[in-house]
Amino acid sequence: MARTIIPFGPQHPVLPEPIHLDLAIEDEKVVDVLPSVGFIHRGLERLVERKDFQEFVYVAERICGICSFIHGQTYCQGIEELMQVEVPARAQYLRTIWGELSRLHSHLLWLGLLADSFGFESLFMHSWRVRERILDQIEATTGGRVIFGSCKIGGVRRDISPEALAVMRKELDVIERDMREIVDVFLGDSSVKRRLQGVGVLSRDDAYILGCVGPTARASGVAQDMRSLGYAAFRDIKVEPIVRTEGDSYARCVVRCAELFQSVDIIRQAIDRIPPGAIETKVTGFPDGEILVRTEQPRGEVAYYLRANGSRNLQRFRVRTPTFANLPALVRMLPGANLADVPVLVLTIDPCISCTER
Amino acid sequence: MSPDPGSFTAVETAALVAEVRLLRDAGWRLVQIGAAALPTAMEVIYSFDLGGKITNRRVSLPVEGPHRLPSITSVYAAAALYENELHDLFRIQVEGNILDFKGKFYRTTVPFPFASRPSAPALAAKAGTNP
Repeated sequence: MARTIIPFGPQHPVLPEPIHLDLAIEDEKVVDVLPSVGFIHRGLERLVERKDFQEFVYVAERICGICSFIHGQTYCQGIEELMQVEVPARAQYLRTIWGELSRLHSHLLWLGLLADSFGFESLFMHSWRVRERILDQIEATTGGRVIFGSCKIGGVRRDISPEALAVMRKELDVIERDMREIVDVFLGDSSVKRRLQGVGVLSRDDAYILGCVGPTARASGVAQDMRSLGYAAFRDIKVEPIVRTEGDSYARCVVRCAELFQSVDIIRQAIDRIPPGAIETKVTGFPDGEILVRTEQPRGEVAYYLRANGSRNLQRFRVRTPTFANLPALVRMLPGANLADVPVLVLTIDPCISCTER
Repeated sequence: MSPDPGSFTAVETAALVAEVRLLRDAGWRLVQIGAAALPTAMEVIYSFDLGGKITNRRVSLPVEGPHRLPSITSVYAAAALYENELHDLFRIQVEGNILDFKGKFYRTTVPFPFASRPSAPALAAKAGTNP
């Protein structure tokens, strides 16, 4: 059988951002794949040498337009650790609420894109309709829909009033009901199952040794969720990783669907348990030392390395994004797949090239 | 504050692969590889996780070069992309990478953009502030 090389991306209908794959094809089967990124590398890490360490929160938030809040939060957590700053409990809960709202809208965005990739347009639109309700809650409590601008070193910039929290709690009931409707289709519809079940299987051993993170790892049986480390309000609100063992595209969908309801439950708990009090600790001085800090983004573990020397500028800021960690898994799961399944498989790791090209 | 600040341990370049193999055999997961161009050295940090614990290994290369490292892809295949990044952004030559993009992994307009650290006056001039 003759082997053909088919270029996939960097511009492709299924990809909102540029990634390129050289697909080696025999007949209709993928036999080998070579990924390529770096088309829009922005060099944001280097900006840390020119931006004041407090100002840099704004840059960290702009690494990604989907999980922007958690990027800012992770940076703040690292600096707070270096400077031994104790963040008020209320601020930790507020961070957790906004972080989980981010996870909800990210997963719903992904579900919509997945439906779009296999041609289920009405399901795509329903997913994004529900997502709008979450963005409305984010806008009502932060003033932003993409960049929240609410996290700062030492706490958060704005509070959520008890009335707004009550509205959010009520709205969560509607959001949960609407999510149930679309999740029933994703998990129960026979045409969806035919496109996802048994496609792109990644074994537990491969997922672990390839350094997979997030739903991609958990769908292959790796019980790994950085929220269980206990940062922010997760020291009070316990999170059990949602794990499947099938390792296929359907399992990755099941994990993200279950995490939608897990996030709703976390937000409800946070609203019920949020303590009164201050929302920030005043920070003085400059950071010194180095740290590797991790949080759980919607796509998985993000790792920040911060290196400071006691001045207003950090010496080094390095981000390892979840998508970067999941690229080797994509290379492993594509061989053996049909060419027609490639767009779906690429999406099942929920690639965020904006993060990867930080 | 973070419940898991992690630790950093220095490793000689020649002992890197053996050290990493020990970690792999003990079940540690590769979290990241990243470099830092500091005024005193080019540092490369290898981070590993086991059950939520983090540990880091630091290799220091002389600031004037040569910046050469052995590949750890024979131990962790997933290191291949990180090692290409080390080359394309920091000009670190990684020898033995099983998936070497030969400098084509990142398509930056400035070659090796993170390889050198600008002087303080240069940074201040760019930022429009006094050093």
